[in-house]
Amino acid sequence: MIAVITAVAVIGVISVLIGVLLGILAEKFKVETDPREAGVRECLAGSNCGGCGYAGCDAYAHAVVFEGAAPNLCPSSDKNKIGEVMGVCVLEKARQVAVVKCSGNCSNTRDNYVYGDETDCRVAYLAPGHGAKKCAYGCCGLGTCASVCPYDAIKIVNGLAKIDREKCMACGKCVSVCPNRLIEIVPADAPYTVLCSSRSKGKDVKAACDVGCIGCGMCARVCESGAISVENNLARIDYTKCTGCGKCAEKCPCKIIRFNGKS
Amino acid sequence: MSFLTTLFLGIISAALVNNVVLSRFLGLCPFLGVSKKTSTALGMGAAVIAVITLSSAITYLIDHFILRDKLVYLRTIVFILIIAALVQSVEIILKKKIPSLYKALGVYLPLITTNCAVLGVAIDSAQKNYTFAETMIYSVGTAVGFLIAIVLMAGIRERIEHNDIPESFKGMPIVLVTAGLMAIAFFGFKGTIG
Repeated sequence: MIAVITAVAVIGVISVLIGVLLGILAEKFKVETDPREAGVRECLAGSNCGGCGYAGCDAYAHAVVFEGAAPNLCPSSDKNKIGEVMGVCVLEKARQVAVVKCSGNCSNTRDNYVYGDETDCRVAYLAPGHGAKKCAYGCCGLGTCASVCPYDAIKIVNGLAKIDREKCMACGKCVSVCPNRLIEIVPADAPYTVLCSSRSKGKDVKAACDVGCIGCGMCARVCESGAISVENNLARIDYTKCTGCGKCAEKCPCKIIRFNGKS
Repeated sequence: MSFLTTLFLGIISAALVNNVVLSRFLGLCPFLGVSKKTSTALGMGAAVIAVITLSSAITYLIDHFILRDKLVYLRTIVFILIIAALVQSVEIILKKKIPSLYKALGVYLPLITTNCAVLGVAIDSAQKNYTFAETMIYSVGTAVGFLIAIVLMAGIRERIEHNDIPESFKGMPIVLVTAGLMAIAFFGFKGTIG
């Protein structure tokens, strides 16, 4: 019993002494920090997604206060509060969202083979034909993008990645992990997007998938503002020119140009 | 032997013959982690010298006056406490006085706490029943040995950085191979001092 008490007493006394000494030292060598840095940091999400281009939320808050970084780079932050902390008016940056440019789910795309139970698209991509689906450009549907999303905005629905536009903060993490480069960051107010990335010839696309771009060019012909071009058998919309008339979506024989929000 | 000879031989023995990193394989974490640039490595070495010297002095006093007879079983935990506190104070002082070094050392500065070289020196000299003077010689020698090893390593790493290294050896593997070769070189000191 006495041994226990001595042990506790010795450790206790030493710890208290150390605590007091460290406290005094910390007070003596205090480093002045800018309260604005903590204020800005509080307005950020804290998920360290890196969408702003800095190492994390702490680094971005530091950059806003001391390096003059733009205060509106974080889409999930409260801009008014950051403005109050910094004493400036912060304008909302045009919101962006990620879009998966593929429509081929399990029911409208045919498979080359059964791949087995791979759980990472980057592994499946190494297999012949870039995964089990007949289309070499399509979504593998194994959810690597969903697993890296810090905002839980991506779900795999019927073998195809779906992005929740409300939750997406356009950080770009999914863009960089997708082996097929299917995901693109587009303006949130872009009315129409081409939901296919296949650069195969029309006949091959049809053989693989019911909802693939065959590169017929119908959309480019009906577009009045010249926003659509077809390159490498794939239609592409220039969002700066698109007026949102919707003629392309009407004409598209494969129905892969779709109005956003109803995909 | 005169005092000076003992001092000299003690330091040489601790720094080179029984080099803490390359012969006894203690403190490998900062040795590999902070040896990318010579300037940072120097800073790390200096911080380790300060921590080891101070911690062995304080642990010697505590061991000698409180723990020696009946409380030997408390050695490890008390030593760890003291080392952690010292590292914390070094961190606080560095943050105020040399912020650039504080930033360069980054996470490796608090990791001196778990640098087994520091605890190793304190426990080793307590177990070998060194006198205070011997403890100090031993600890300064060991710390200088750490500085020598980490600065040499940083110098080599700066040179091999742009070399044409086979793909599979890039990064840590080539560093570990280098460390192994350095350990073999330091093995050459074995036997020079009884």
